[in-house]
Amino acid sequence: MPSTLIAQVARRVVLGVLMLLGVSALIFAGTQLLPGDVAQSILGQEATPEAVANLRKEMGLNDPAITRYAHWLGGAVTGDFGRALSNGQPISATLGKRLYNTLFLAFWAALVSVPLAIGLGIIAVRHRNGFIDRTISGLGLASVSLPEFFVGYVLMYFFAVKLQWVSSVSTVFDGMPLSERLGAIVLPVAVLTMAVLAHMMRMTRAAIMNVMQSAYIETAELKGLGALRIIYRHALPNALAPIINVVMLNLAFLVVGVVVVEVIFVYPGMGQFLVDHVSKRDVPVVQACGLIFATVYIGLNIVADIAGIMSNPRLRHPK
Amino acid sequence: MTRRRIPVSALIGLLFTGGFVFIALFAPWLAPHPNSVVVGDVWAPASAQHWLGTDNIGRDLLSRMIHGTRVTLTIAGLATALSFGVGSVLGFVAAVVGGWLDQLLSRGVDLLMAIPTLIFALVVLSVLPTTITVLVLVVGTLDATRVFRLSRALAADINVMDYVEAARLRGEKTPWIVFSEILPNALTPLVSELGLRFIFAVLFLSALSFIGLGVQPPDADWGNMVKENKEGIVFGIPAALIPAGAIAVLTISVNLMADWVLNRTTDLKGGRGA
Repeated sequence: MPSTLIAQVARRVVLGVLMLLGVSALIFAGTQLLPGDVAQSILGQEATPEAVANLRKEMGLNDPAITRYAHWLGGAVTGDFGRALSNGQPISATLGKRLYNTLFLAFWAALVSVPLAIGLGIIAVRHRNGFIDRTISGLGLASVSLPEFFVGYVLMYFFAVKLQWVSSVSTVFDGMPLSERLGAIVLPVAVLTMAVLAHMMRMTRAAIMNVMQSAYIETAELKGLGALRIIYRHALPNALAPIINVVMLNLAFLVVGVVVVEVIFVYPGMGQFLVDHVSKRDVPVVQACGLIFATVYIGLNIVADIAGIMSNPRLRHPK
Repeated sequence: MTRRRIPVSALIGLLFTGGFVFIALFAPWLAPHPNSVVVGDVWAPASAQHWLGTDNIGRDLLSRMIHGTRVTLTIAGLATALSFGVGSVLGFVAAVVGGWLDQLLSRGVDLLMAIPTLIFALVVLSVLPTTITVLVLVVGTLDATRVFRLSRALAADINVMDYVEAARLRGEKTPWIVFSEILPNALTPLVSELGLRFIFAVLFLSALSFIGLGVQPPDADWGNMVKENKEGIVFGIPAALIPAGAIAVLTISVNLMADWVLNRTTDLKGGRGA
């Protein structure tokens, strides 16, 4: 690998780590420095000042913010997020299971949506400005505008309640066989797919269309190659960088988009966990979930950038 | 420039959006029942008395939809106004002043945008009370990051134009440059962005209300009406689909209008379409 490439990738990774550090500070600051006393809100309005003072001491709230931040971040890096305020249990144990469920859902949604989006994008280019292309674009507009819970409940109403093909809530538990697990997440996967499909499809179409203007495509056309073969052999490889980029960005969106979808289908993932603990005002859990979501999101964004750099042949062979 | 007819899609968008705004403005006079009064059975089907039926505790669904229109449009509208006010002014100033101020603002916005909006909102709402003011501030601030990026990019382009240079040479100060030179010239692309930001605000607010951290009961907004009635879906009662559908109709209508404005403005610049 040429050194410029390594330098570029390294630079991106360092930037990403710095960004993550900044984000962790922001998440910490967002919950600690805002008006509202955590100890007071746990104990309620009727608590005596002594009780509040005791709890503050116990939670280390009297230390300077920077000390608490360092302590929290140190724990987070080693996988120790402390204990939940609501039930006193260690957060990491529950969180691990929840994170696995969320990634499981996002993984299957990605497995369905990515090939589908790229395939439909290619078809749209093949039949550009025709009926199929217009239909695909129109569906794209609709799916950007529709809230996830609209799609979710419409699907649930028709497929789970009226037709009874699938169950309406996506209950999963430990030791559930994989086939049943997959059956339980059909509807959430469908909603997530619809949420990311349109954007990926449009960007794939745009990326290929951009390449289709090139001279070598014209050459291929003049050679008499078939339209699909031109797209597949000549246009697609050159449009790969932007496509990989948009796919990674949408994967990042998937991991975050699960929050609402998990609430709709009562799926025991990290999004549901986060929402539950926001209403309980359980700050340590909220911080932990927020940090993990942000890490996955930023991580996938870095991967997107690196994939973009790696798949650009001009950077692989510097002059 | 020849006047062209407004395309049908934009007209449909205009019609529906206008309808929703009308309902929001005159909500108290249009709604047949007050917002939070129980008037019938739980989840009664649609009837002559209750056109859309009743909700999970027997309140008139149509009335709550009408009151909810007002709440949803008000919060989303205020948040959009806030995001444009703050985002565009800061974006222009960052581009015009440059230097450390630009660095500070731009890196701050990078940081905010590195956290998924919904996640950041949830983190903040875990310590702040969920009042309407807080909701407007949270949605507006997070939306402002997008406006900031757009405005800064626009202003950076305009800032190097001859007429800005001329203004600077005759000794105008930064506020004049921002408001009298850059703002008028950046207005058209900003207006076409307005619709998209409004949609974002509506969807964002609805998502927050849907997960129970937005508008609090007994106040109605479309998002929390979906939440209130969602248990009915399992029993085959589609009451939750009505507010969810209203959100979909509103966002699609605004999108159709925004598309038209976008096409028009690119036409003006001699861009696509002829």
